[in-house]
Amino acid sequence: MARATNTELIDLLGEKFGEQLFDVSEPYGLLTFSTTKDKVIDVLSFLKENGRINFNFLTDITAVHYPEKEHIAVVYHLHSMVSGIRVRVKVFLNEKDPKIASATVLWNGANWMERETYDFFGVKFEGHPDLRRILNMDDLGVHPMLKQYPLEDPNRVDKKDEFFGR
Amino acid sequence: MSYNQPVYTDNDPQSELVTLNLGPTHPATHGVFQNVLQMDGERIVSGVSTIGYIHRAFEKIAEHRPFYQITPLTDRLNYCSSPINNMGWHMTVEKLLNIQTPKRVDYLRVIIMELSRIADHIICNTIIAQDTGATTTFLYLFQYREHIYEIFEEICGARLTTNIGRIGGLERDFNDVAFAKINKFLKEFPVALREFEGLLNRNRIFIDRTKGVAEVTAENALSYSWTGPLLRATGIDYDVRISEPYSSYQDFDFEIPVGTSGDIFDRYLVRNEEMWQSLRIIEQAMEKIKSEPKGVFHADVPDFYLPGKEQVYNNMEALIYHFKIVMGEIDAPKAEVYHAVEGGNGELGFYLINDGGRSPYRLHFRRPSFINYQMYAKMSEGMLLSDAIINMSSMNIIAGELDA
Repeated sequence: MARATNTELIDLLGEKFGEQLFDVSEPYGLLTFSTTKDKVIDVLSFLKENGRINFNFLTDITAVHYPEKEHIAVVYHLHSMVSGIRVRVKVFLNEKDPKIASATVLWNGANWMERETYDFFGVKFEGHPDLRRILNMDDLGVHPMLKQYPLEDPNRVDKKDEFFGR
Repeated sequence: MSYNQPVYTDNDPQSELVTLNLGPTHPATHGVFQNVLQMDGERIVSGVSTIGYIHRAFEKIAEHRPFYQITPLTDRLNYCSSPINNMGWHMTVEKLLNIQTPKRVDYLRVIIMELSRIADHIICNTIIAQDTGATTTFLYLFQYREHIYEIFEEICGARLTTNIGRIGGLERDFNDVAFAKINKFLKEFPVALREFEGLLNRNRIFIDRTKGVAEVTAENALSYSWTGPLLRATGIDYDVRISEPYSSYQDFDFEIPVGTSGDIFDRYLVRNEEMWQSLRIIEQAMEKIKSEPKGVFHADVPDFYLPGKEQVYNNMEALIYHFKIVMGEIDAPKAEVYHAVEGGNGELGFYLINDGGRSPYRLHFRRPSFINYQMYAKMSEGMLLSDAIINMSSMNIIAGELDA
């Protein structure tokens, strides 16, 4: 099958979801857009099940913390092996109460990816069958990839970033 | 790591079920893996995996390191084929910075990557053989991994955690000894690999142990986001080298082997055939290098390529650039990049967000071992314990990549 193009994909999605997709861009040729947390499962299942584009493969789920905007962005990377393109879907959540529907209803592989995201960012995936920490220990108490947690003990004086030009 | 305490599913004293704590340091699992299994005799009823025993917070560390200092972190993901991780990371940064590497650099990189793919597959396939009881084949082929490490030693000075290459190219050219060793390897390895296949491919005991064991359908493999030889063994011809050629894979003529049933025997055959294809690629690359200008081993990007030490001491410009790179005076563009390479176990992805500084705002590794392993406990249900052990070997789960 011929490779689908990003413009074709934007048209198809725009027709279906209209205003619910925003911030469309193409960094390094990879189509990126944002959606709302209410619509995310609809968007993902449309991408997965539409016969023309067929994004049947979930490459990755992760998150990014933007403390100054008080956002946690959950980022999905999907891949269409049939038409040979990738797409990146972002959902911006409030960092005070990061909750989003789980993608495990669409892909079994989302299970551990979401557990990892929960472990490091505290994003609660609603409907996840087994949302526990995965790499860190249960009694860690914090979600360590959030930006407010420093890498090392802040009281150390021998490894201050300024000594290394950082 | 979420603790999975051994739980007795029923309190019935008459129960036939036994809880078995397989791992975290079990000699048969070749790494730090814990699975709490409910056993009915020799058969597994259910299992839970615990991971995270060697978690080292690489993603957090990477947010505080300049780009060139992240290479040693990638070494320690899949430490059986660290050069692929190194190259994947360099190519991600090069994509971010829009650096075009010369063809000769691409070919040298392809040689390194394919050698490490062979090393990775040697480990996996010999260990399947070892776990099914064939120690001879293990010892016999494993010495060729040693020869590959000797080549790496010649190229970069290190063996296992190689830290090979730089952003923009390689740290030094291959020397004559390295080329001689590669040529020697190309001559000797096919003989050994053919003999290895002769010992196993039609071996009744090996086939009985592996054929029809741990079969996976293509739908299931896709749903679990499997990639690499495991996915190809189920019959899906997905390989990043073909679907999105990076470095210079579009210049080479090679094939992607696929299996049919996704069982352990198919995975073994797919990996074996991939070694043959890797040899083909290396041979072609060695030919192609001859027509490229000699002595080119990095792109001309002084802003990001660390100059050699003798240049830093004797050349003003090199000293300035060295200072600027090390002290972090040069900013990279604000952008986000996803770059994937075909690692030993599947699609190794780097998701890099840069906010303009010299270290990533966020770096996420898409680690194939982590994603492939999540089906393991589910797959093991109904399997014999001894089959579950070879199933784990055939998935080639590397603890460093699993836990990051």
